[in-house]
Amino acid sequence: MAVKDDTTTKPQFILPTEDELKGGSLVQGGPQTGGLPVQGVQTGLYTAGADREVTVREMNKDLQDQGFLVTSTADIINWARTGSLHWMTFGLACCAVEMMHTSMPRYDLERFGTAPRASPRQSDLIIVAGTLTNKMAPAFRKIYDQMPEPRYVISMGSCANGGGYYHFGYSVVRGCDRIVPVDVYVPGCPPTAEALLYGILQLQRKIRRTGTIVR
Amino acid sequence: MAENPIPEAAIPAQVPEVPVDPLDALGALIVERSKGAVLRHYVANGELTVEAAIGSIVEVVAFLRADSACQFSCLIDITAVDWPGRAKRFDMVYHFLSMYQNRRIRVKAQVSEDEMVPSVTSVYPGANWFEREVFDMYGIVFSGHPDLRRILTDYGFRGHPLRKDFPLTGHNEVRYDEVQKRVVYEPVRLTQEWRAFDFLSPWEGGAYRLPGDEKAGGRDLGAAPTTTQTRSPS
Repeated sequence: MAVKDDTTTKPQFILPTEDELKGGSLVQGGPQTGGLPVQGVQTGLYTAGADREVTVREMNKDLQDQGFLVTSTADIINWARTGSLHWMTFGLACCAVEMMHTSMPRYDLERFGTAPRASPRQSDLIIVAGTLTNKMAPAFRKIYDQMPEPRYVISMGSCANGGGYYHFGYSVVRGCDRIVPVDVYVPGCPPTAEALLYGILQLQRKIRRTGTIVR
Repeated sequence: MAENPIPEAAIPAQVPEVPVDPLDALGALIVERSKGAVLRHYVANGELTVEAAIGSIVEVVAFLRADSACQFSCLIDITAVDWPGRAKRFDMVYHFLSMYQNRRIRVKAQVSEDEMVPSVTSVYPGANWFEREVFDMYGIVFSGHPDLRRILTDYGFRGHPLRKDFPLTGHNEVRYDEVQKRVVYEPVRLTQEWRAFDFLSPWEGGAYRLPGDEKAGGRDLGAAPTTTQTRSPS
């Protein structure tokens, strides 16, 4: 068996110390917050579970000279997801030119395993490159709805991020996050090809960090 | 064979002519030949403009296309200009190119708000979308147009954006509604303050004053930059 689910590995909990449970910073907020739990900071028990890296490394040490490689299902799914981002080419304005540059030989986006797709039904990622107008918005949402889960959105450039130059205009959506949930915002007008590439790498990192089977 | 120099008397004396602007001459010719349909002409910035009455615009453009001195076979653009303070509110503007004569021309005609403009699609079929755009942006109605619908703005759009009295932000904005599962239209509600730009630059020695600086006791803070004195001569 080459793939081993991490539920069968032995958990190694790191339990909180006595001080932390009694009233240290782990459980409650400090004096600044008046003892109330701090928003966004974990105040409960340590629930992250075992360090999968360590257990997997231990098992690999035993098995690798026998021709096996051990990993967890979540890891291999994340590896597959980040390594084959099929992106929908949704070029709306001048940002689309930079998006093309990103996939051209100099920056060569495809070396990260991505592939441009012309159909939303075959893509995991949509790069909104340019000004999203009111007239385009329903069509854009329709395209997004056709994409299979898990799907990701990169908002590229000022116009897609928040309307940009046309923020006060009569025909432009003030940010494409009014229409779809956005994962990564790439700033710039237009962003350079490098910036978009960095955004895609950040998205891969995000998938890796938050990667679960159900999004 | 010995070369015979031409006697001086044979050379006609050079008459100092007033240089004739070919554009001006063409404009005068158009006014003359169009039998009153073209009102006047002028050349500004090396560009020829003729003014016509809007009622005879089809005859004028047909003439410009057919006349052997003009041959303006190529319609470049049709647009309009809004002058809210004027009795006849709009200017219709047509641009043509003659590829035979290598000439360009602009035709202007004044239109009031309740006037219909004869469509020139019968002469230039390419005018179709241009006139739709003018209708969309200015609300000028064309008579005899085969398919006068909005072309650029959203479906169900209200108003004509390039009229000077149209509000910059328009009337509606869109967002996706999670409950109704569709993109909904709502009245515009801006969450961000309007931006105020000044176009002064401290690098150009302008009088650059920040709000509140006048309290600093009348000192001229906008003096010319002193960096030139400290810079070593290169």
